[in-house]
Amino acid sequence: MSISTEPQASPPGASTRGRPSRQVGDRVFAGFATGAGILILLMLAGVAAFLLAEGFPAIVAPAEDVPGGQGFVAFAWPLLFGTLLAATIALVVATPFAVGVALFISHFAPRRLASGLGYLMDLLAAIPSLVYGLWGVTVLAPATVPSARWLADNLGFIPLFAGPASTTGRTMLVAGLVLAVMILPIISAVSREVFLQTPRLHEEAALALGATRWEMIRMAVLPFGRSGIISGAMLGLGRALGETIAVALILSGLGIITFNLISGQNSLTIAANIALDFPESSGLAINALIASGLVLFLVTFLVNAFARYIINRRSEFSGAN
Amino acid sequence: MTTSTSKPAGTVGAGEVGPATSSPSPGKLPPRAPWLVVGAVASVAVLLLFVGVSPALVVIGGLAANILGICLWSRLVEGRRAATDRMVTAVVATAFVIAMIPLVSLLYTVVSRGAARMDAAFFTNSMLGVVGEGGGAYHAIMGTLIVTGLAALISVPIGIMTAVYLVEYGKGRLARSITFLVDVMTGIPSIVAGLFAVALFQLFFGPGIRLGIMGAVALTVLMIPVVVRSVEEMLKIVPNELREASYALGVSKWRTIVKVVLRTSVAGIATGITLAVARVIGETAPLLITLGAVTGVNFNPFEGRMSSLPVFSYYSYVAPGASPAPSIDRAWAAALVLMLIVMALSLLARLISYLFSPKIR
Amino acid sequence: MAKSIEVRDLNIYYGAFRAVEGVTMSIRPAQVTALIGPSGCGKSTFLRSINRMHEVIPGAYVEGSLTLNGNDLYAPGTDPVSVRRQVGMVFQRPNPFPTMSIYDNVVAGYKLNSRKASKTVTDELVERSLRGANLWNEVKDRLDKPGAGLSGGQQQRLCIARAIAVQPDVLLMDEPCSALDPISTLAIEDLINELKTEYTIVIVTHNMQQAARVSDYTGFFNIEGTGKPGKLVEMDETKTIFSQPREKATEDYVSGRFG
Ligand SMILES: Nc1ncnc2c1ncn2[C@@H]1O[C@H](COP(=O)(O)OP(=O)(O)OP(=O)(O)O)[C@@H](O)[C@H]1O
Ligand SMILES: [Mg+2]
Repeated sequence: MSISTEPQASPPGASTRGRPSRQVGDRVFAGFATGAGILILLMLAGVAAFLLAEGFPAIVAPAEDVPGGQGFVAFAWPLLFGTLLAATIALVVATPFAVGVALFISHFAPRRLASGLGYLMDLLAAIPSLVYGLWGVTVLAPATVPSARWLADNLGFIPLFAGPASTTGRTMLVAGLVLAVMILPIISAVSREVFLQTPRLHEEAALALGATRWEMIRMAVLPFGRSGIISGAMLGLGRALGETIAVALILSGLGIITFNLISGQNSLTIAANIALDFPESSGLAINALIASGLVLFLVTFLVNAFARYIINRRSEFSGAN
Repeated sequence: MTTSTSKPAGTVGAGEVGPATSSPSPGKLPPRAPWLVVGAVASVAVLLLFVGVSPALVVIGGLAANILGICLWSRLVEGRRAATDRMVTAVVATAFVIAMIPLVSLLYTVVSRGAARMDAAFFTNSMLGVVGEGGGAYHAIMGTLIVTGLAALISVPIGIMTAVYLVEYGKGRLARSITFLVDVMTGIPSIVAGLFAVALFQLFFGPGIRLGIMGAVALTVLMIPVVVRSVEEMLKIVPNELREASYALGVSKWRTIVKVVLRTSVAGIATGITLAVARVIGETAPLLITLGAVTGVNFNPFEGRMSSLPVFSYYSYVAPGASPAPSIDRAWAAALVLMLIVMALSLLARLISYLFSPKIR
Repeated sequence: MAKSIEVRDLNIYYGAFRAVEGVTMSIRPAQVTALIGPSGCGKSTFLRSINRMHEVIPGAYVEGSLTLNGNDLYAPGTDPVSVRRQVGMVFQRPNPFPTMSIYDNVVAGYKLNSRKASKTVTDELVERSLRGANLWNEVKDRLDKPGAGLSGGQQQRLCIARAIAVQPDVLLMDEPCSALDPISTLAIEDLINELKTEYTIVIVTHNMQQAARVSDYTGFFNIEGTGKPGKLVEMDETKTIFSQPREKATEDYVSGRFG
């Protein structure tokens, strides 16, 4: 090896052959970047750890000390039930419309209108949930009262519409509908993105075979976009499960277990219950609320992990093509 | 079905138009056919409204009649496949229109209700000592700006550096687990982020603590993943050729990252940060349990409760006091201001990406 | 000033894959050396190992020795950044910095390293480099305009100006004309001829005529099959390589009877 007379930035021996010997600036910068990454790692670990630490006392506390007096499970289960019920209504109502909106924007609307509409939907997705909640309780809730009464009178034999219909309209049904309106822009944004990524070639191949627009969509767009719809719906579901203030504005009460969607005696969601009770709580009640938050965290975590799994599986597929 | 009363009317309307308008070429509807059906159904609907049929029934029946009308007409003239296509088009367009109704209603409600208190006092007065009329959201606006600003101050550097790590340095286990956790954090419910801040501070300062900084910590948990994701996307689309061009000029890696990679993507990064701020500035739930609420001005995030726009609006609505009307007006005004801020931020994001992206000429 | 490069027993790896094997060659100072060979035989890989750009790729490393006027470029403790300052590089596709003006692109090597220089000094440097790259007359009235607004050929000459502005000893060019039209190609070839008085130039090209036109020496790389490492088959004066090469493979390749 020849003797080096190069300017030496770092002491010899610091690097092996072919390995860069790095400047001080490089090391410091890389250190900061790595540090930031590790900080995020710690932060999420911290979220779980602190929720556990502060929620644990309520989980192990004697049953009579927990709010409701029957232990943590009896406290949290009805709330979890309400959370799932509201989110299910939202998902069932929003998904078909969201897919319709996404298809309309991606394949039916005139080109010039489409980008504007897409931008409008993005804007709607950013509207604070407080605004949705205020709208739900002042506009939507009263508007549903006549229909709810009609449902209770004519379809009362279905448990969902058993009634008696609420006179204020502040019901589980309205909470679910407001959540549906909230998550619609999210689901439709994700689906639209995927619809737009349908390979042009597939679409043109279908059209070249003499397919009508609908046949082309059924043959080329929907099979390709199915995972997009599912992952969009999952993301929307995650949002609906965790939504707090919109539900807290509409629902109140004790939170019982009932499938009756239109009565004033309604279920409550975990998140709304926290927002409603937290400001007036103290002592073990706070711990119980934190523990219920941990339950919510786990549920949304599972839903989001599932959504990610589907999204990633799709990207693997498109990579292979 | 509830539509049974008006369905025949609608289809008859469409059927009348069919034969009357002779198609230009056999087997093909005129290009304006869908609109003709819409017009026919609409006129029948207006008639029914005058007669006194319930508006809800007329709307539902009308939408159904519209879809069936175009489908039937096309079936008669164009055949089965075309009819299916027409029907799907009508269904999709109808779904779009229905989906737009609540959104339009929401925008209209917020603007019309919020406009009542869009006066100077609302932006300059606090609620200190105000009972009934008057008062404003000055304290809440300042609180929102301070808390959101603090959250941005914490999460932007951490978010950018993490994205830099993931794109420029990261490989192996650490990078994979960070990516995974950022994904997880993206879906964290905002109330859980608030509970985290509560649990954290409660452990050190005892129960019942409420501080501005707690709200900022909660918002940080919500904001960081958004910042990381968007910055990561932006860094990934910087072509590798630019990095190599810089290396080939004898520029070190960190200077290349700062002066070429980050500089090239600055527009996208600024856009992403603006959107992240827009996302958290409207959060109510985490602030409700971390900031509390006060009626007066508090500029110090490290001491005492603080007000914020969303929480102010929430409490003005749910606890309006003895004479509710002025308080509810304030709630709507605060909601309108909040929505305008979010929209302004979204527009700003667009503007930034337009102004700062690299130009050709 | 132009310097010579000695390569001895150089093996180049991408992780476990040995892409280039056993290259030994001398590159003369102030001459143009062309590297030719079929696609995938490791020309770019070899070129990038000369200024240690190769190791930017994760897992990539080299074995053997590579010296510039006797100084080992891969000696322990040698900063690759300083190597790249002495050995400049021009890429296949023109890649001016999109956020910078023409002026700033030329002085990018200084700006990016935060080296302070007075306006008169940089003005002088910009003019000298742009004149050196035969671009001055075309852009002197719009130095403050974005570099990305130039034509492809102009952009490539801007990249050459940028490379020579840091005053390297060696200039590496990886198919610098393959993205350009014939007129721009001619302009760059003329430029190479002028530059060789001051710089040692190594150019990779797929264009046999171009190699014959611009180079003094030519090295022929070949590969036995996919997954096998590329090797330097033969290196000699360009005249010799194109008229009477020693190896049969070289003759087949330069006469177009390859494959
Ligand atoms: N980043 C990389 N990682 C792994 N292998 C690589 C990488 N880049 C190139 N290779 C491999 O190294 C070998 C040589 O590639 P190289 O790009 O040097 O060929 P080349 O002679 O320049 O070809 P061409 O004439 O097409 O430019 C090839 O087998 C290629 O697949
Ligand atoms: Mg190559």
